[in-house]
Amino acid sequence: MTGVGSGKGEWEPVVGLEIHVQLKTRSKMFCRCASGFGGGPNTQTCPVCLGFPGALPVPNRTAIEWTIKLGLALDCEIAKRAVFARKHYVYPDLPKGYQISQYDLPSCINGKMLVPGSGGDREIGIVRAHLEEDAAKTTHVGGRTGRIGGADYSLVDFNRGGTPLVEIVTGPDIHSSDDARRFLQLLRQTIVELGVSDAEMEKGTLRVDANVSVRPSGSGELRTRCELKNMNSFRFIAQGIDAEVARQVAIYESGGEVVQETYDFDAATGALTPRRSKEEADDYRYFPEPDLVPVEPPADLVERLRAELPESPARRIRRLEQELDLDRATVLVTGGLDRLYEATVAAGAERLAAANLIANRLAGADSARIDAAELAKLVAARDGLPRAALDEALQKLGEPGFSAAPYLAQEAVSDADELGLVVDRVLETHTGQVAAYQAGKGGLLGFFVGQVMKETSGKANPRIVSELVREKLGA
Amino acid sequence: MIDTLRLTAEEATGMLARKEVSAAELHGAYLEAIAARDPELHCYLRTVDEPEGEGVPIALKDVISTKGIETTAASKILAGYVPVFDATVAARCKAAGMPTLGKTNTDEFAMGSSTENSAFGPSRNPWDPSRVPGGSGGGSAAAVSAGLAPWALGSDTGGSIKQPSALCGNVGLRPTYGTVSRYGIVAFASSLDQVGPVARNVRDCALLYSIIAGQDECDSTTVELPEPVRLPEGDDLTGVRIGVPKEMNEAAGIEPGVAESVRRAIDLAAELGAEVGECALPHSVEYGLPCYYLVAPAEAASNLARYEGVRYGPRVDAEGYYSMVERTRDAGFGDEPKRRIMLGTYALSAGYYEAYYGQAQKVRTVIAREHAAAFERFDVLVSPTSPTVAFKLGERAANPLAMYLSDLLTIPSCMAGLPGLNIPCGLSEGLPVGLQLIGPQFSENALFRTGYALERALAFDPVPERLR
Repeated sequence: MTGVGSGKGEWEPVVGLEIHVQLKTRSKMFCRCASGFGGGPNTQTCPVCLGFPGALPVPNRTAIEWTIKLGLALDCEIAKRAVFARKHYVYPDLPKGYQISQYDLPSCINGKMLVPGSGGDREIGIVRAHLEEDAAKTTHVGGRTGRIGGADYSLVDFNRGGTPLVEIVTGPDIHSSDDARRFLQLLRQTIVELGVSDAEMEKGTLRVDANVSVRPSGSGELRTRCELKNMNSFRFIAQGIDAEVARQVAIYESGGEVVQETYDFDAATGALTPRRSKEEADDYRYFPEPDLVPVEPPADLVERLRAELPESPARRIRRLEQELDLDRATVLVTGGLDRLYEATVAAGAERLAAANLIANRLAGADSARIDAAELAKLVAARDGLPRAALDEALQKLGEPGFSAAPYLAQEAVSDADELGLVVDRVLETHTGQVAAYQAGKGGLLGFFVGQVMKETSGKANPRIVSELVREKLGA
Repeated sequence: MIDTLRLTAEEATGMLARKEVSAAELHGAYLEAIAARDPELHCYLRTVDEPEGEGVPIALKDVISTKGIETTAASKILAGYVPVFDATVAARCKAAGMPTLGKTNTDEFAMGSSTENSAFGPSRNPWDPSRVPGGSGGGSAAAVSAGLAPWALGSDTGGSIKQPSALCGNVGLRPTYGTVSRYGIVAFASSLDQVGPVARNVRDCALLYSIIAGQDECDSTTVELPEPVRLPEGDDLTGVRIGVPKEMNEAAGIEPGVAESVRRAIDLAAELGAEVGECALPHSVEYGLPCYYLVAPAEAASNLARYEGVRYGPRVDAEGYYSMVERTRDAGFGDEPKRRIMLGTYALSAGYYEAYYGQAQKVRTVIAREHAAAFERFDVLVSPTSPTVAFKLGERAANPLAMYLSDLLTIPSCMAGLPGLNIPCGLSEGLPVGLQLIGPQFSENALFRTGYALERALAFDPVPERLR
């Protein structure tokens, strides 16, 4: 159960996400300008993406195909006829006064994603995935809190303006911050594996807004929701959802009503700051973009794109779970490391040891460059290698022509007598920590092992060292 | 001695080919004519002194972007704006070796039927300078009639090529929607805007159309022509089925002199061998105009949103971005664009969209079907282009509705995306009367053929009497 406990009963969070994915096409959505990072401000611009009089949009074929591909990966129906519309608002990041975006007829609708969990798969509905152009980047200098009102001046960089964005909207199917995080990890991995986006939150190529409400557990109602923006990591999204859920529960329990509002979540302080009231709903005055013709993908194109889809991360997690466990399987798959794991096991490595080493030590590595056979040798020898040698080997694993042989030749110091002397020395010089450890701070074990490693220049066998420390401190 | 009043573009092409005249001399002759007559007529907002190219020069309506040449759409909000790129039609003229003579006057953002809405002063009709040349492309039409350009390009949203051609006594084509690129045309109403030629006769008109037409990779709504443009030659109309839509020929407000000239032209068509019959377009005439005044302002409000003084055009400084935008737009737009921005914003507002813009788009489909049904029986439909001959300056300026009715007969086919050709068919009260020929999509060749045969038989003298 995912309810939030309180004195007056249980509350269930109801969360829907809006995810913006910047596609990594070579050119922008509606012009030939280079897309992506690089270049000084306003150097990747032309009359089309600057909204000059008479300039007309021409859609990027690749962006449309990738949107369809992404929709297929999310189990969506692909519209036989999708229509771009104009969405109007006045802001300096929008040179035409409107954003071109699919609206009532998006390319992808009615999809779903299964998120493997301990209690079975959780199904998150995908309401829609549509294609649009990104706005320019604005920087407001001086004045209040970086907003346009009261700023001394504002800078606009149109390099980002007009890059293709896919907006994915989930149903209100997420009921905990942990579910949100797991869903996003899986979605991100799906996107990355399709090769359509880097999907990096730090770079803004993946942006997530959360619509949050709460309801009494067991009820099916949907109450007033608030939107959270400006959260730039999965962890902050989870924290933001928790903070907003707590805020709403507190309001309801004190007899109040939640007012629909948009909040910025500040991860440093945990504070939620309202953006602007939605009392007056925005009127975007949508209408079909007359400068473009409808997107009507031929059936054979859709089938070709479907055939190109890789096996889904969710399915791979379920498969790996059979031989490992859910958490390890999830870490390997969402870290893009599961194929390396499988190759390493195929090369003879022991499953759990391989999973641990890869998950703990190779996060963020470019697994495609790694020779699984060499890695398997390291997995087998890991305890017998000096730590420094193992560290170095893991670091150089991705280099072309890497061979494990020179590292395997080194041997860790496993002699208990020899290591015992060093352990004694460390314990003598850290009496404070010893006392704390004996008072129950078991986490200090790692500290002692680290000190011994330092003393032995990383040559000690860490497993033997921890055994010795435990023994000597009588734990 | 070059008589710019009589010289056709086809003749000028021959003279250049035979080296009887140089491009510079030809260009110079038009500049002299402009110097002599434009101070009175105000067809041009600016001229180009040095010809670029060895072909027949051309005048371009000021909604057409020209690289390095100021392009304002006759609006103060674009004063001083010099495009960094050519509209596709301008580039195609350049590629054909045609130097630009200058940029012609128009109603602001092509919104109007008299050029009185130009922020830089109205143009005048060469047949009678106390009268308007029509609009919005009054500058282009008047320039061709007064011998200030051999031919010109206009743009037509609801009649801005056909109606001024009718009022000035020359030939103007509004092409099938999608056959001529809109890239680089300062947008008014994107689903209706089409660029087209204005010329002294039908062959010149067809020739210019062949230069500008065809698919453009910069405009996704363009298509390739299903058949090449043919310069018309024959005199007879045997086998051509001409339909006379009752509502468009008997509408209230059609002046008797206009109706009579049109009737004579229809009789002449029958004498040339055409089969003439009556047909009906009841919804098109009744609902065409009101629906146009929902669709066009809605799209205009959207297209004009980009003018906020940050990237181009003059700016009125103020405290804060939003006040700056407000003041810039207040000072930069004239009354007509403001009126249409308000109408269009309203028509697109949440809760009104379905009743207004949505409904008007559905009516467009009805209008298109009604025309398609008529084209099962006929090849060409005919009517007056304008219900009246040229009216006096100021006569309708204070009454927007009366002005809007000038386009009653040109709008329905525009709403259906169909091509329409105006040819002069006589005089009423000493002023030209225009005959409108409408065909199905991509029927430009049929329109040229019919227009050319009638033009020969009518023997209308396109030179204004007072300039002969």
